[in-house]
Formats: sequence, structure tokens, C-alpha cells
Amino acid sequence: MSAVTVEAAGADSANQAPVRRGKGRRWSSFILPTYTWVVIVYLSLPIFVMIVFGFNDVPGRVSAKWYGFTTQWYRDLFDNVELTAAFKTSIAIAIVSSLLATLIGALLGLALGRYRFKGSGSTNYLVFLAIASPEIVLGTSLLTMFVNAYTFIPQGFLTILISHIMFSISFVAVTVRARVQGLSSSYEEAAQDLGANPTTTFRLVTMPLIMPSVISGFLLAFALSVDDFVITSFVSGPTVTFPLYVYGAVKSGIPPQVNVMGTILFAVGVLAAISSAVAPALSAKKDARRLAQDRATTEAHYSSIGK
Amino acid sequence: MADQGKPSLEDLVESSVTALGGGVAPQRLASRRKRLVPYGLAAPSVFWLLVFFLIPTIYMGFISLGSGYLGDIKFGLNFSNYVDVLKTYDTQFIRSVVYALIVTFLALCIAYPLAYWIALYGGRRKNVFILLILLPFFVSFVIRTVQWQFILADNGIIFGPLKNLGLLSENFHVLSTPIAVIAGITYNFLPFTALPLYVALERLDPRLLEAGRDLYANKVTTFLKVVWPLSLPGVFAAFLLTFVPAVGDYVNSQVLGGPKTTMIGQIIQNLFQVNFDYPHGAALSFILMAFLLIGASLYAKVLGTEAVTSAAGR
Repeated sequence: MSAVTVEAAGADSANQAPVRRGKGRRWSSFILPTYTWVVIVYLSLPIFVMIVFGFNDVPGRVSAKWYGFTTQWYRDLFDNVELTAAFKTSIAIAIVSSLLATLIGALLGLALGRYRFKGSGSTNYLVFLAIASPEIVLGTSLLTMFVNAYTFIPQGFLTILISHIMFSISFVAVTVRARVQGLSSSYEEAAQDLGANPTTTFRLVTMPLIMPSVISGFLLAFALSVDDFVITSFVSGPTVTFPLYVYGAVKSGIPPQVNVMGTILFAVGVLAAISSAVAPALSAKKDARRLAQDRATTEAHYSSIGK
Repeated sequence: MADQGKPSLEDLVESSVTALGGGVAPQRLASRRKRLVPYGLAAPSVFWLLVFFLIPTIYMGFISLGSGYLGDIKFGLNFSNYVDVLKTYDTQFIRSVVYALIVTFLALCIAYPLAYWIALYGGRRKNVFILLILLPFFVSFVIRTVQWQFILADNGIIFGPLKNLGLLSENFHVLSTPIAVIAGITYNFLPFTALPLYVALERLDPRLLEAGRDLYANKVTTFLKVVWPLSLPGVFAAFLLTFVPAVGDYVNSQVLGGPKTTMIGQIIQNLFQVNFDYPHGAALSFILMAFLLIGASLYAKVLGTEAVTSAAGR
């Protein structure tokens, strides 16, 4: 930082003209971007290791030594019975919990984004608390409750499902709320002016408009559910999910398929995130092109009639 | 409205979540239509959050004042539970707070320049950079930590070759030291630090920077007098979002640490799942919750009360 101070100060006294941006620009065009990429590499390092070691020809359990390249673990992906069962449980819980959480969380997001009602402030605060609370607190308090409700809900698949829906709701609601708040209500008003009843307005106008945020909320909920370890470890009972299995296997040795499953989840997640981010942009581009065409036609029309 | 002043903590945290989902920046355009519709829409979620979040938390608060073990817990008003746990586990408690403070400081130092550059110079590729920062989230927390165990192993991919070359002594090790635990937590929570910083910096009005330049402030002065003060809410939100989960972490200390790095999260987990001493476990858990609640109200006090109160009165 000090170098920049000196340079900028020097430039100041030398000529009072506004040229002094020049030298400071080295920070924004070279040092900071390089730094950003270094941090990104650091953040991706374990992911890289995971992907590479999924191809390691180890004789048994995962090890830090490189034995040569193999695709065996992709072929024998489901050979480890316990791991496969845990993986399937995780996927099942993630699908059901993210669908349900998206369904009710999106409605909450819509309510909070579009309406002002008595209690909306406290509801917002409740959503904030659910997001910011330490996971271990959520896990222990759910455990404390489920232990007492054992006769009604035995701990296992169902309690994991309930807990995952709980922590996903807030994330979905916040994602959808942001989108709803960013939309002008004039679209809906226009629909109603044109004679659409509330149900039709919702189906044909509101729904398509908030859909991108509902999808990203769903993806977020799915990712959170598949990855969750802390809360699940408290409420799982005898049920084992993918992260719980990996954690349990740390001491005894991790089967190499774990890296492959991690890689597959990673690839699917990244692809889904990219497509959900790109799809609205693409359709916006199409819309923009159509608008430009329309304008061109209109302008051509006006110029042809001499205005 | 609150947003015209400094952003509220909820606002920053929730906008970070929005960035997590690759969404748009929120604007407040809520209309004042007052009907039964919003109640109907909100009811299922609110019901779920009340029954499976708020009530369990309050219930755990009651348990933390009780006595006995699972199956035979008596309700009471044993505030001494809190004193007991802090006395018994003072070493682990202080260790957790110290680790978390170091982690938060490191994460803020690492994340700030990054968030600054992406927010102010990221241009059209902002979202791509944010996605890259969030890449770790696409791999399970546990798997990421296990990979660090491999990377940092005594004869792992980094230290193994260095030892073979004789650049490091054979006794050199990082695993099961505080360094490994702190590095692991820092790594795992870095995106949580970066997001609120990014959100706060992204909202910065570029005209303010131009104004600084026009008034002959150099880059450093502009940063210190304009950017830094305006990003403080983000810094505080990032602090809270990193510090609170870091204090309660037990995966990193379990996988990367050793017997001398035991943290309070491991103690809580043991109290609940090994000793079945729910009241003391609940008391420790509640102390972690208190960090969040105190932090959130401190935010409101220091950085503008209107934000939280207006949120509460909405």
C-alpha cells in the first residue's frame, strides 16, 4: 500500500492535472486480479485433489500416495454396499426435502416480498435467525425435541427430512423474496387491467417471473441438504447419510469411491448452477433482440412515412 | 425505509444468501395490500419454522436450566449450569474463542481485497467470480476437510516430497496442531466471509469514489475515508457470519486436530451423544446462540438502530 501512497502523492505534486489515475491502476488491473485468482486456486485446491485422487489406482483405501491412473472406481462406483446405501439415502432426502422446502419456502418468499402484513417484520427476523444460527445449536435443539417425541417420530430418515426442510426454507424464502422485490407489480396490475382473475394472473404472470429464483432456491436447498453434516449428525439416529459415512470412515480409511461420488456431485452441482444462471440471461438476450427488431421495424416505418 | 440508511444485518446476510443462489439484488417495492393472502402464503413455512426451529430452541433453553441425564431430566432454574460448564470447560472455551478470532481475522484479511476487486472492478464477470468463490460449496464440508487432511498429512502431497528432498525435518508435522485446525476453519468459512463483504462493497455508489477523486483525494485516502467506512456493515456481518459458526465448529478440530486442539463444539457433541448430559450440553449450546444474539443487537446499536427496529416493526 505504501508504494501507492508515495506514487500517488508524487503525481499529485508534480502536476495537478487529473492524470494521477495511471499509476494506481496497477492495483486494479494487475495486483488485485492476480490475488483474486490465487485465492480462487486456494479455494479449489481440495476439489482438485478430490477429482485427481478419484483416478488413483490405490490398492484399498484412499491414500495420499499416487499409484497410477485408473478409472476402476468409476466402474466399481456402487461396489461398496454401505457407501452406496448412504449415498442413496442422501440423494433421496435431498430430493424430497428440497422439493418440499421450495414449495412452502417460495410461498413465504412471495408473501414477504410482495405484501406488508402484521407480523411480517418478526417473520423476516425469524428467517434471519434460522439462517445465522450456528448449526450445532440447530442440531442440539432439534435432538432435544426429537428425543422427547420419540414415540411419535423415531429418529432416522423422517427426522433428517424434517430438519433439512427446516434449514432450507429460509434460504429458499430469501432467494425468492429478493426476486419478488425486484419485480415491479405493474406486470400483475396490467394483467388484472386486461381482465385476468387473480389465479390466472398468478399462473401466467407472477409464476413465470419468479420461476428463476424458485429454481435457484431449489438448487440451493438441494446442495445444502446433500452436504449437511452437523445438524444431520445430531438427528440421524441409526440412519447414515453420505457425509456421515465419510466422517465415520475417516479413522478406518475412506474407500476411493467417495472421491468419485464427490466429483459427480460437484460436476452436477456446477452444471446446474451454471445453467440456472445462464438460462435467464439467454432468454433476456432473446427478448432484447426481439425488442431491438421491433424498434428497427418501427423506426423504418416512421422514416418511410417521413417523420 | 431502512435501506436508505445503512443496510441492516438481516439485509446483508440475506443478500449474501441471494448471491449464493446467483440471484438479483433486492429492492424494496413491497406494496401495502392488506388481505388474508399473505398469511395464507406464509403460514406453512412459519408453522414449520416455529415448530422445528423456534420452539426447540426455547425448549433447549428450559433444558439448559434443568438437571439430570437423558431419560431423567428434571426441570428447574439451575443457572449454575452455565457457571459449571464455563468452569469445567474453560480451556476449550477460551481456545475456541481464540481460534475463532484468529480465523475471523485471517478470513477478513484474505477476503476483503478479493471482495473489493470483484465488486468494484469485476464488471460483467462479477457473477462468474462469485461462482468461483463458491465452488467449495459444491463439495461436502466433510469431504473438503478430509481432502485437507490428505494435503497436510505428514507424508502427504506437500510435505512428503519436501521431506524426501530433505527440505523439512522428518519430525515436521502440521496435522493435529492448532495451525491445521485454524487453517481448516479459515478455509471452510472463507466464502461466508467474502459474501457479505462483496454485497456491501457492491452497493457502494461509484459516484462517491469519483467525488473522492474530484476532491483530490488519492487512492489511499479515498479508500480510508469513503470505501472502508461504507463497507463497515459488511465487515461486521462477515465477522458475525464467520465468528459464530467458527466458535461452534467441531469437524475441523476432529479431523485436522489432535487431543490438544479440542474445541467447544466437540464438548457439546460429547455431552449430548456420549454422556447424555443434556442440561450442560444445552447450556453450552445456548452460550453459542448468545454470541449471535449479542452480535446482532450490537450491530443494531453501533451501525444504526433503525434497521433492526424497523425490520421488527414492519
